[in-house]
Amino acid sequence: MGRCALPYTVAAMFTAAVFDLNQHATYLHWHFIDLSLSNVLVIVAMVVVFALAILAPFPGGRQRGESQ
Amino acid sequence: MSSFGERSWAAAVRERAVRALPPEQLLPDRQPAYVASWIYVFGVLSLSSLAVLIASGCILALKGPAWWHFTSVGHFFNSVHLWSVELFFFFMVVHLWGKYWMAAWRGGRARVWMTGAIIFLVAIPCALTGYVSQQNFDSQWISTQAKDAMNASGIGAFFNLLNFGQMYSYHVLLLPAAVVALVIAHVLLVRRHGVVPPLERSELLARPGADEQLDRHDGESGA
Repeated sequence: MGRCALPYTVAAMFTAAVFDLNQHATYLHWHFIDLSLSNVLVIVAMVVVFALAILAPFPGGRQRGESQ
Repeated sequence: MSSFGERSWAAAVRERAVRALPPEQLLPDRQPAYVASWIYVFGVLSLSSLAVLIASGCILALKGPAWWHFTSVGHFFNSVHLWSVELFFFFMVVHLWGKYWMAAWRGGRARVWMTGAIIFLVAIPCALTGYVSQQNFDSQWISTQAKDAMNASGIGAFFNLLNFGQMYSYHVLLLPAAVVALVIAHVLLVRRHGVVPPLERSELLARPGADEQLDRHDGESGA
């Protein structure tokens, strides 16, 4: 650990500044639905990626489509 | 024991396997034009993350809990294993959504769809047994909370989340073997039946004489 301590500490400080895990998780409640904020963010990310996968142009896909 | 000239069981198995999985379909060098879309990429992304998941898991299994908890390299591989499973589920869910909305069970692909759905279901306990095999406070918390769900469902007597040895065996052998076997079957079935076309294309295929027309178009487009 000795030689890696400094970059490891810097990386830990940076990530801790963005994601503070030393506290209770934030939960979102809606009727019987009870989800942690982190899980909601992952679900939103999946929906966004799904939409982008359908809408974003695929490299080389347009030329193939035009040739049909 | 069969004498010379008789047809052996090995030949029968080989012929049956070749009929079921023609070699020319297993590694195609051309794909239909409609796969030129990002939504068709998530199956192979799931496979890629599964490969990283298994490789990092093998390294963790070789070194053990003391290594993955108390050394920087162990922390690294522990994190690789965690994030590859996060990505595996992320990509698998997007893949599942894409295939659901394009009704991927069409055209005789019911077994492709079913093996995919079963992989998803088997992967969930595979991940759960991993979370309870970490050997830390997190795994203690998860196992003591989740055991109640198992007991309520009636399988607690056979599947004890507080039993580290049992959970570890499930996590590193039984469930990964099931997932990998199902993934191999899934990929072979995809090769056998081809990638599912978009809905509009299958509607075109329903027209008389459309097969020849679409084959010609595929040939022209280099797909």
